[in-house]
Amino acid sequence: MTSIPKPRVQHPSSTRNALGLSRRDYEGGMSTLCAGCGHDSVTAALIDAFWQLDIEPHRVAKLSGIGCSSKTTAYFINQAHGFNSVHGRMPAVATGANAANRELYFVGVSGDGDSLSIGLGQMCHAIRRNVRMLYVLENNGVYGLTKGQFSASADIGSKSKKGEPNVQPPIDPVLLALTLGASFVARSFSGDKAQLVPLLKAGLMHGGFALVDVISPCVTFNDHEASTKSYLYTRQHYHEVAPVDFVPLRREIAAAGPVEGGGAVRSVTMHDGSTVHFRMLADDYDPTDREAAYRYVRAAHQRGEVATGLLYVDQGNADMHGVNGTVDRALTSVPFEELCPGNAKLQELMEEYR
Amino acid sequence: MSGINDFCFKIGTVNGTGSASANALLMQAIFRMGIPVVGKNVFPSNIQGLPTWYEIRVSQDGYTARTAPFDLMVAMNPGTYARDVKEIAPGGWLMYDSSWPMPRALLRDDITVIGIPLGEMCNATFKGDRERTLMKNIAYAGALAALLDIDMDVVQAMLQEKFGKKKHLLDSNHKAIRLGYDYARAHHDCPLPCHLQRLDRTRDHILMDGNTAAALGAVYAGATVGAWYPITPATSLMENFRAFCEQFRRTADGKRNFCIVQAEDELAAAGIVIGAGWMGARAFTPTSGPGISLMSEFVGLAYYAEVPAVFFDVQRTGPSTGMPTRTQQADLLSTAYLSHGDTRHVLLFPANPEECFTMARDAFDLAERFQTPVFVMMDLDIGMNDWMCKRFEWDDAYRPDRGKVLDRAALEKVEKFFRYVATNGDGVAARTLPGVDPRGSYFTRGSGHNKLGGYTEDADEYREVVDRLVRKLAAAGEATPAPEIVLSEGATAGVVTVGGCRGAVLEGLDRLKEQGIVLDYLRVRGFPFNAAVRDFLARHERHIVVEQNRDGQLRSLLILETGTDPKRLGSLCDYGGLPLGTNRVIEGVKALLEGVPA
Ligand SMILES: Cc1ncc(C[n+]2csc(CCOP(=O)(O)OP(=O)(O)O)c2C)c(N)n1
Ligand code: SF4
Ligand SMILES: [Mg+2]
Repeated sequence: MTSIPKPRVQHPSSTRNALGLSRRDYEGGMSTLCAGCGHDSVTAALIDAFWQLDIEPHRVAKLSGIGCSSKTTAYFINQAHGFNSVHGRMPAVATGANAANRELYFVGVSGDGDSLSIGLGQMCHAIRRNVRMLYVLENNGVYGLTKGQFSASADIGSKSKKGEPNVQPPIDPVLLALTLGASFVARSFSGDKAQLVPLLKAGLMHGGFALVDVISPCVTFNDHEASTKSYLYTRQHYHEVAPVDFVPLRREIAAAGPVEGGGAVRSVTMHDGSTVHFRMLADDYDPTDREAAYRYVRAAHQRGEVATGLLYVDQGNADMHGVNGTVDRALTSVPFEELCPGNAKLQELMEEYR
Repeated sequence: MSGINDFCFKIGTVNGTGSASANALLMQAIFRMGIPVVGKNVFPSNIQGLPTWYEIRVSQDGYTARTAPFDLMVAMNPGTYARDVKEIAPGGWLMYDSSWPMPRALLRDDITVIGIPLGEMCNATFKGDRERTLMKNIAYAGALAALLDIDMDVVQAMLQEKFGKKKHLLDSNHKAIRLGYDYARAHHDCPLPCHLQRLDRTRDHILMDGNTAAALGAVYAGATVGAWYPITPATSLMENFRAFCEQFRRTADGKRNFCIVQAEDELAAAGIVIGAGWMGARAFTPTSGPGISLMSEFVGLAYYAEVPAVFFDVQRTGPSTGMPTRTQQADLLSTAYLSHGDTRHVLLFPANPEECFTMARDAFDLAERFQTPVFVMMDLDIGMNDWMCKRFEWDDAYRPDRGKVLDRAALEKVEKFFRYVATNGDGVAARTLPGVDPRGSYFTRGSGHNKLGGYTEDADEYREVVDRLVRKLAAAGEATPAPEIVLSEGATAGVVTVGGCRGAVLEGLDRLKEQGIVLDYLRVRGFPFNAAVRDFLARHERHIVVEQNRDGQLRSLLILETGTDPKRLGSLCDYGGLPLGTNRVIEGVKALLEGVPA
């Protein structure tokens, strides 16, 4: 695989967030992905999102599976712990990590092969458990790292680089997540940072599992004319349903008010009090109506359009810990004295086994 | 056998009819009479309608192994009369439900038949099919109480404890017990020559199965995250962990100081444990062979990325689904080197519930200290059967061994933290936990990495890390519990065994000694084998390895890891799925010593 390092964009060092950190402080190692790979743009968007949210870098846990997409956890927030696990199994590792320490921000990065084939079951069950995490699916319709085989998200008729058509129906992670009862479902495009960054921010502040499916073209194996996951195709068939502006709680006053660009504005309050403003481009689109969202996304797909934006959000569902009734603090911080019942209790218990 | 406080009997019933509570009642009553006792449940992989047996051995000397043939057979399942009758020792007794006479052809001249019309009596006394079926079990327990001279006061007290609050049930149980008891006394010579007499040899003991004990060990060791996928015979381990946590781990406001995740499969369960271990929690998963196979890829990750994780493998019989309700020790070899690539794992081998309790704690300590997966290799016999064991004690001074973990203060003193640099001979490199301090951040990966934690495809850098893992695992082996060794003066050879074979082997060696065959004994308790195992092998030219699998897996491990000449290690394998019997040990060892393959 080629590994041309992506040139770094320099930012004025004067721009600092509330923690006094510059965007640079949220960067990671040099990317070894192909120049122009969509995944690198997603990385850049993630860096912006964390930086803008003033999240302490070391309070982030980054997890991924295996694939070009999964490599990207090494390319942002050097000061966060990262875990590049095994192919398709990041959701389990993230579940366990979150079970142990609910206080961190969890971000999982995966690919369409990682999430929709080998790891489909894992992703579904993480959704079902509503593990609190931002789950970014970098979707390019192919297995990049193993050199261009079709993935389960490839559309029927989409052609490989060698010209063979894909004949099997795609699995759409958005429709799937909606069916499974996911509490936050979004789709975006690596080429639309303006849309992507607020979505990632909203996902990070969401109180449960936040899926962001990002069409992220593979320039090396799936960016040719007959592909439906190319930059060109995605731009041409891009259909923005409900662009959002994410407003963190403490900036509410400054940023409140209608969002630029017209359209009706709807607001959804996140569990911590932050707000997401939706700009309704599609008439009557209701991002809190699961059935309607499903119908809309499906109809758009049938018209050959890629519906994007924050497609569904529900703040009412308890996450894994809410359901379990776990203590509010990280389990890793509970002192041993509170975990071990001690010998006196043991001796009492022994009487029950006589 | 066949004497006072020294005999065994077997009860054959149909599963799903409620016989388990009657059998437990018998076991516990004998135990409360102060007489050492063990029970083995031989049950089908089925919910209702198939044959099931319960074997009870009464042994005033405290022997725990299974011993066929049986002095007394309680045949409650006409479907298995033929085979049950065959298993009675010459001169023994057959008790059965004589409401429907047993075909004469099945009977033997050398046994005494005791007919009790249990069905008839219960039909006359109780109403409704369900109650009649259930009470028939209690009635046979009553008949046995008369035949074996079980203290009725003890039985009454137990029923009172169990059903005290449910008057209707208490009455029915009392009635049923008396039906069997009175009938047996009126129509048969009671007690039989093999019967019970009060002793005082269970005072400091409990009756517990290994899954309960291991669960308790996990609670006491401070495990907070458990992940699992149900599988016989490991299921009750997590069920018990949950029950203990509900009892001991709820805060004043009802919140839980634990998180149990029922995963979608064993792959996920392993991943959850690894994720939690990476975060710094003590996490575990109980499973059995099929689950271990699925966990293989993740276990390699934990080994190579050096993440603590604890696995309980409650082994069952066979490759594939095999015989899920039978016992074996057949995952030794595959688990020792589980996953692709060069791997080696820490295994602990408990022999009984007491060791399940202590080794659960040891497993968490070793996993954190050596930052590696640790497997507690139990089996169905240990995990699911009730064993008499010494009351557990807990040292309140115990604190978890967290291994080398750099906290914020320690990181302040480090110029720059690198994940895989070991500073002393045990090969263990300090780790940091996520969320603690930006200076501790590093990237955990299963892909090639160098000692600094960076990605590598360089031959030397790769070798440097995996060579350190060899040193680390050797140190871990030395830190596993020392083997149990019994040396006898004049011994000419050694017997090496593992896990639940202990009871049968120790008893077998006692019997052999009476016949003039004196042997030393070693039971391995950890892998990689520690030096004491090598030393023992050097004591004698010849050893016999006794284990419960077809291929002599422990023997293979000994050959591989200690370089012992295979010719020096005889192999006695028992792998039909039932707990090892003493007679098999005696006969097998004798044959091998005489040069005949066992
Ligand atoms: C168990 C296992 N099987 C196969 C592979 C080989 N493999 C590595 S990445 C990959 C596909 C990755 O595709 P995707 O998740 O879409 O990521 P992309 O490279 O396209 O970003 C495969 C099949 C593996 N690493 N592990
Ligand atoms: S996904 Fe495609 S473009 Fe991106 S790094 Fe992999 S092969 Fe290159
Ligand atoms: Mg892909």
